[in-house]
Amino acid sequence: MTNKIKSAKLPSGLSRRALIANGGALVVGFSLSDALAQAPEAPPVAAAPPPPLPGSLRVAPMIDAWIRIDAAGKITVLTGKVEIGQGVKTALRQVAAEHLGVPLGSVTLVTADTARTVNEGYTAGSQTLQDSGTAIMHAAAQAREILIKIAADKLGVDAATLKAEDGFVVAADGKRLGLGELVAGDVLKVKAEPATASKLRDPKSYKVIGKSVQRVDIPDKVTGGAAFIQDFRPEGMLHARVVRPPSYGAKLASVDTARIETLPGVRGVIRDGNFLAVIAVREFQAVKAMEQLAAAAKWSEQPTMPEQASFAAWLPAQDKRAIPIRDVKGDAPAPAKTLDLEYFRPYHMHGSIGPSCGVAQFKDGDMTVWACSQGMFPLQDAVAQLIRLPKDKVRCIHLEGSGCYGHNGADDAAADAAYIAFKMPGVPIRVQWMRADEHLWEPYGAGMVMRVKAGIDAKGMLTGWDYEVFTDTHSTRPGGAGSTLVGQSIENGFKLPAPQPAPQPNGSGDRNIIPPYKVANLRLIHNFQPHMKLRVSALRGLGAYSNVFAIESAMDELAAVAGEDPVAFRLKHLVHDARATDCVKLAAEKFGWKAGAVTGRGNGRGQGVAYSRYKGLAGYCAVAVEVEVDQETGRVRLVRAVAAADSGTVVNPDGIKNQIEGGIIQSASWTIHEQVSFDRTRVLSRDWSRYPILRFSETFESVEVHVIDRPGTPFLGTGEASQGPTGAAIANALFHATGQRIRALPFTAPRVKAAIGV
Amino acid sequence: MAKLSINGRAVEVDVEADTPLLYVLRDDLKMNGAKFGCGLGQCGACTVLVDDKAVFSCMVPVSVLEGRKVTTLEGLGTIDKPGPLQRAFIEEQAAQCGYCTAGILMRAEGLLRENRRPTDAQIRERLSANLCRCGTHNRVIKAVKRAAEYLRTAATTDSNRT
Amino acid sequence: MGCLRHYPLGRGGRGDSGLSEARCDARGNMRVIRGLLIAIAALGVIVGGYAWRSSFAPIDRPQASSFPVENVKAGAVLAAIGNCATCHTRDGGAAYAGGRPIVTPFGTIHATNITPDPSTGIGGWSEPAFIRAVREGVSRDGRHLYPAFPYDHMAKMAESDIKNVYAFLMTRRAQVSASPANELAFPFNIRSLVAGWKLFFLDRGGFTQDASKTAEWNRGAYLVEGLAHCGSCHTPRNVLGAEDKSRAYAGADVQGWTAPALGATSVAAVPWTGERLAEYLGKGRSPQHGVAAGPMADVIGNLAQVPDSDIKAMATYVASLAGAATKERQERGARAIARAGGEGAVTRPAAAAAPGASVYAGACAGCHGEAGRQPLDPALNLALSTTVRAASPNNLVRVVLGGIGRTDNQPGPHMPGFANALTDKQIGDLLEYVRANFTDRPVFAGLDVAIRKARQ
Ligand code: FES
Ligand code: FES
Repeated sequence: MTNKIKSAKLPSGLSRRALIANGGALVVGFSLSDALAQAPEAPPVAAAPPPPLPGSLRVAPMIDAWIRIDAAGKITVLTGKVEIGQGVKTALRQVAAEHLGVPLGSVTLVTADTARTVNEGYTAGSQTLQDSGTAIMHAAAQAREILIKIAADKLGVDAATLKAEDGFVVAADGKRLGLGELVAGDVLKVKAEPATASKLRDPKSYKVIGKSVQRVDIPDKVTGGAAFIQDFRPEGMLHARVVRPPSYGAKLASVDTARIETLPGVRGVIRDGNFLAVIAVREFQAVKAMEQLAAAAKWSEQPTMPEQASFAAWLPAQDKRAIPIRDVKGDAPAPAKTLDLEYFRPYHMHGSIGPSCGVAQFKDGDMTVWACSQGMFPLQDAVAQLIRLPKDKVRCIHLEGSGCYGHNGADDAAADAAYIAFKMPGVPIRVQWMRADEHLWEPYGAGMVMRVKAGIDAKGMLTGWDYEVFTDTHSTRPGGAGSTLVGQSIENGFKLPAPQPAPQPNGSGDRNIIPPYKVANLRLIHNFQPHMKLRVSALRGLGAYSNVFAIESAMDELAAVAGEDPVAFRLKHLVHDARATDCVKLAAEKFGWKAGAVTGRGNGRGQGVAYSRYKGLAGYCAVAVEVEVDQETGRVRLVRAVAAADSGTVVNPDGIKNQIEGGIIQSASWTIHEQVSFDRTRVLSRDWSRYPILRFSETFESVEVHVIDRPGTPFLGTGEASQGPTGAAIANALFHATGQRIRALPFTAPRVKAAIGV
Repeated sequence: MAKLSINGRAVEVDVEADTPLLYVLRDDLKMNGAKFGCGLGQCGACTVLVDDKAVFSCMVPVSVLEGRKVTTLEGLGTIDKPGPLQRAFIEEQAAQCGYCTAGILMRAEGLLRENRRPTDAQIRERLSANLCRCGTHNRVIKAVKRAAEYLRTAATTDSNRT
Repeated sequence: MGCLRHYPLGRGGRGDSGLSEARCDARGNMRVIRGLLIAIAALGVIVGGYAWRSSFAPIDRPQASSFPVENVKAGAVLAAIGNCATCHTRDGGAAYAGGRPIVTPFGTIHATNITPDPSTGIGGWSEPAFIRAVREGVSRDGRHLYPAFPYDHMAKMAESDIKNVYAFLMTRRAQVSASPANELAFPFNIRSLVAGWKLFFLDRGGFTQDASKTAEWNRGAYLVEGLAHCGSCHTPRNVLGAEDKSRAYAGADVQGWTAPALGATSVAAVPWTGERLAEYLGKGRSPQHGVAAGPMADVIGNLAQVPDSDIKAMATYVASLAGAATKERQERGARAIARAGGEGAVTRPAAAAAPGASVYAGACAGCHGEAGRQPLDPALNLALSTTVRAASPNNLVRVVLGGIGRTDNQPGPHMPGFANALTDKQIGDLLEYVRANFTDRPVFAGLDVAIRKARQ
């Protein structure tokens, strides 16, 4: 059903709101972003009616929705996206400055605010530059042309003789007009033209794009500036803490709140259904009161989860909707050899270092929410529904939080704050989650089982590839009030709408299910199993990390069976894709890959390589790693990583390196350490001691990133590109170090030791 | 009433004696440097120096700080005049979301006050008390080395520096 | 010359510990040394003839494939029970490659390389040479080995087990790593003196089953008394550095840590049962007693590779050291648990005003709880902690200073160290408060000294 709705058929004037009213929120949310993601590479449409507007201009076609210039010449760029540590505050400024012809420092950027910016949905899927960057680029170029035309009229010269430079329109005779002098009236209140009409600057002349500029947000963050939502302290703010149940579905049996209400500083206790919160003047008073409230609360709990130890076997047996992704029969000889393999990844946490935080104030009938989640507009919908206010009475403003890597607790904390603020009108309420709240209640990245059956012919060419993935949903948003914890816990609360799988090419658990390699027979199935035994939602890359782990591990296993070098084996199946080939070759070359050097003989040190193109249509990334394995303990030591990345036009090369590097290290942590542990009733990973992540002593000795710039080509995004290949590269290196193939993540010391044997 | 010396300034705050320093810094003194990450001494986001040594401020009640010297991120420099470590972190762009960065920087400061020539291994070992989720580890190690270099050159040109 | 181990303090306690390596009190105590000299005089007569042992000719390193894999596997488990890797591995070095300094009152001994490298390890050792080393403490070339290697226990091992350990070690990756020379003062550097020591303290009788006990108990006794050499730490030593068998398992000091009493003199609030001990040995924690730290954390780390049946057997034997699980003991345990207030912790009114009370409330209660205040994830209830009840404050001080945690970053209990956060006086106040608030035991003696010593 949903898969078939094509974004092209959406009437452009139809708002997300209208669609939600039609019960199609998810459909549109994803279809819309599909369209945006595909835009850069969409084949030219033959004499179609008006050509589509580029990037998010499709959602908001007015130039002044993106770029505003006041009479004093102050330039404000507005984006519906948010900064989550990926550096877009800087990159988007670069894009605007380049195409407006103004200095980088003169651009003020406003990020998602339901009262000010365009609704660009979620900041997710490495799409900020594709969506917002593309829109701002074209809006800036068109704004520049408009201003030049006005200047030409003023100066009585031909517009072609004018240039926009350093914040001025400059004439051939050296006369300069400031942009503020040119903007009288609503000159930018015009509809954007299609991409073909934009006079984009020639990439060869770029002055700001393609240069490594220092990120604008870092100085505050290293000197104690107010950089995060946690640092936001509106006058008169009170501190709230929520006492969450000890397990999923636990019911609040009884609680004596009277004593808690008399504790020092306590201003109130809220109990509504299974929702329990305390509000105090000072933060530590709130913490202590919360602990006392927790001690007073009695819950009834039920075992609702499967056995963790047998989860990998349990999962494929659950109810499923088998969604065929590809079923292609081609011409290939019968396989000379076949492999039948199964891979597993456990539940992973987002694990933000700063637990989620939200601030809200309900004043004179208006609700304002400050949040650090990825989508202010969907949050606005959720809050409006939660407190039953018209949507225009709810404003959501983004403030930066600790890195979230997807759908973590940020929306929940914001909804907590909004709900409590609604009950205590007038006062700003700050809800800070505690560590255990975050560990236990964030929606995890779902566990997955991947099965590969593949064959190769006598020449070592793939003949067929049969792949199935089994997994829960990878997104429980937007789900309105029903997707928030508070919405679910209050009396007469809300239900999470039944999750739907997102269609390809974005996909969800099936993201990156399509192997990049040439193969004649291809059968791909996404077994969608929304059992939701553990709370789950979008974690960086969704299914991509695990699918790439499985595909790239299997490719290595096939190379070994074929007796071929892993790099050569990949390259000969990538001949149809020049950019992929470049990427793999560059990583191998910079790594110093020697064909035949990896043998799987198991002498304790190994090298591995892996490649993927994120979602099959975004950034290309190849990663090669070297690891060492301690024979006795099974501990994996990360020696070095070398990556090559092609993200299309490079805006901020160092920004891309930083993102790729971070992705590699985070992925290494997932790969060697991480799994959420649980018993039948409770999640056990309540803090870092039971969910260890990579420490400084364990990181690679070196991480090198080589960026391939393709000036003038579409932005492809970067943030999630390196995660998949890194996990697989480590798996492959581990095989070459130990001679053992480990197909279940994570590669903890005991598991590796068990595989090595004595 | 707790008497504290923070970044060389004497301050008095009216709080209960068991209040951890972190809450006093953030909530009462409205300072942003020390961050709440776990409140359990597991992540290091809240790291500050007490008498030049790194501590988890989430686990230090103010009652134990009388007569002792607290240094926070704000004490290392300002946005206009960043200190050597702050400069090095900016130059190496050693942050992504930056939430963990303040605490890491303070632990590195503790190390550099002890040892102007830390090896890679010493930096890694010391910083292992702090967590970063974004994966800035390798950049951070570079930044700490760069800062050590600044300190050494500064020490040779300005012998009065402490 | 006993098996007094050297352990770094605060293994894995991260962060605030500010403590690096414990400096062991190598100067020893004069009483010990004087006693030893007397003994040497007494032994002098015998030593001449008795000390000489033959040498086994070196062999070519056997092929790893010559050892059946079942033997290697069995050997791996035995080596883990024997905690071999802990002493024979230097910090950050390859497993079993030796080089770890073991500080004794008589000087520093460096553990040997027991990987099959022919030149620096045991690659040239034949199986009989290895068996003799384990049973008699004699090196392949006939030299006496210092009893830092606990052959006084290993002598109880069955020959088949020793052979399996041999198979295991000979199939490790050979590491070229020569251990530094021992640093022993005269006259302890005369190896033949060890021969005299053995005469007194090495029981060559092997292990005898007790037919009146269960097979499990016997298996446990065999392991605990032999290979696992628990007495090496938990039994006090005499002036000659040998275990004082008359006070077996009465507890002893090991490099600043106290190996607690395991027998009837245990101070545990809830008397140990076989079940609880098995839990502790298997996981390194028992909610009714505590969390392994210091040297015991290494032991637990190794026991992770040991099958439950052997863990249970050892637990059964150790639990029996305190006598039968009488009704009285069970009731004592139940009372202690009731007093401790289930998951929340107690606060005694008398202790609440103590100077350490606010330190506790701000630094500890967030995890360990206090009256009415339930942390989201409660740590050990201190009213049940054996360490808080111990006669000596050593372990408690060390844990507070250096914390608890795993150096290998595997899931496990964690506590930050407070060495940088708290002054000596504040730690003293805190621990006095903790002792008064959570136990019915007398005030700690020598708290100041313990703190000062642990800081060094
Ligand atoms: S907040 Fe203090 S260590 Fe995490
Ligand atoms: S930079 Fe985000 S947690 Fe370290």
